[in-house]
Amino acid sequence: MNYNLEKIRADFPILSREIRKGISLAYLDSTATAQKPKQVISAMDEYYQKHNANIHRGVHTLAEEATTMYENARIKIGQFIHAKYAREIVFTRNTTESINLVAKSWGQKFLNSGDLIVLTEMEHHSNLVPWQMLASEKNLELEFVSVNEDGRLDQDTYKELLGRSPKLVTFSHMSNVLGTINPAREMIAAAHEVGAIVLVDGAQSVPHFPVDVQDLDADFYAFSAHKMVGPTGFGILYGKERLLDMTPPFMGGGDMIKKVQLRSFKPNDLPHKFEAGTPAIAEAIGTAAAIDYLKAVGMENIAAHEHELTNYAFERLLDVENLKIFGKNDGRGGVISFEMANVHPHDVAQILDSVGVAVRAGHHCAMPLHEKFGIPATTRASFYLYNTTSEIDRLVEGLQIVNDMFA
Amino acid sequence: MDDFYRELIVDRYKNPLFKGELEQSDFSYEDENPLCGDHIKIDLVVDDQNIITEARFSGHGCAISQASADLLLEYVIGKSLEEVKKVSKETILDLLGIELGPVRLKCALLSLKVLKAGIYGVSEIDQELKEL
Repeated sequence: MNYNLEKIRADFPILSREIRKGISLAYLDSTATAQKPKQVISAMDEYYQKHNANIHRGVHTLAEEATTMYENARIKIGQFIHAKYAREIVFTRNTTESINLVAKSWGQKFLNSGDLIVLTEMEHHSNLVPWQMLASEKNLELEFVSVNEDGRLDQDTYKELLGRSPKLVTFSHMSNVLGTINPAREMIAAAHEVGAIVLVDGAQSVPHFPVDVQDLDADFYAFSAHKMVGPTGFGILYGKERLLDMTPPFMGGGDMIKKVQLRSFKPNDLPHKFEAGTPAIAEAIGTAAAIDYLKAVGMENIAAHEHELTNYAFERLLDVENLKIFGKNDGRGGVISFEMANVHPHDVAQILDSVGVAVRAGHHCAMPLHEKFGIPATTRASFYLYNTTSEIDRLVEGLQIVNDMFA
Repeated sequence: MDDFYRELIVDRYKNPLFKGELEQSDFSYEDENPLCGDHIKIDLVVDDQNIITEARFSGHGCAISQASADLLLEYVIGKSLEEVKKVSKETILDLLGIELGPVRLKCALLSLKVLKAGIYGVSEIDQELKEL
């Protein structure tokens, strides 16, 4: 594989900073947010320096340029996940808002008292709390596909729950804690057989491996730019045209309307009907640059690189005493959550930070999953296109310091 | 390791002096830090002069939160409820002997928050603790 890791690392300015004097950064927290290459940073910078204007209004040159750049980003994002039409791509603030849009607009209109929603025990709070809120408001039922000891969804429970004819099935394509990649295509097909609509939380999948929403046949698919080397504050909701068409608007305001009178309005066409107010224009342009960047490296190559790193990390972590990894090294992405006997994850992360290794400590917005495993929190190391095996070595060395200190 | 994990902190985390629960207490209160799932409960006994005579903490959390709870209880035993009012963020940092960033400060101050909320009620605690 022609994977120029050195060149990739040189594109990310932050990777060359020192965390403290003489200690370089080993960033193993890309599952929380990815670092940004200079191509993304300068695309946004250039937009503000040369093209800044509000979009979809005004006919001056800057407004035309900004509108074109913004809508080109939509086309590029649509192509990246293989949407049929650019109008099936709705811009939001983040994955969370994308999911809330489906809950508050589609769910509000099409789900009724007694209807069943099937979720899983490995959901991020963002794909759990919006449904709890809707369920209590509309008296819906929530059921959960259980997670097995090996970190995978129990497909037998899933089949059983499908037998109860859910109206909506929703699950994450890849777990942000266990790294488990769920068999989305098969799960969607099975849900469609019983007539359910399927929403996939793609926050961890789109950044890390090729995703084709048409091949998956997903009805809704939500993800965020900031986890895929793009800017924060920018989320995407893909929805099949037919479904988005029948879904009422989300927020009201400018841009989402076709016509407004004092006592009524007519909503705009797709996708604008879901985009009220001035959007994150620079962020859309930055996201387009992020996609260009990821495409140039190649999503298959990125997935292969992360796979190598994950295998290497699993092997090296075996050497660390008192360490337990959650989930098996099989069918997973580059996310490893672990526990160290008698040491709180915060202390693990703090000691790792003192040697420049950045990891996440906590419940990773998945409290129910941690409860299931009987622990309040874990430490999580995650890998992306710019990580190296020597950073994993530094992680292992840091964990040995943890053991020395707390043993 | 900078000075972050001073021997004192690791030692009090591993061998706390005031960890446990009191079967009978005059004040008992618990709270948690949602960031890391740290959970602390404090039980207090006071005499007729409102002097704290016994104190124990229970729960789970990182070395900073557990050590600061232990050091805090050691500090307040023998003091009056009135004197506890004056215990502040600075007191805790002095006891720990380290500097803390905003994230870890929450861990360090959880026990003080629980202590004050237990004695004076949640609405009466210092602004800086409310914002934790």
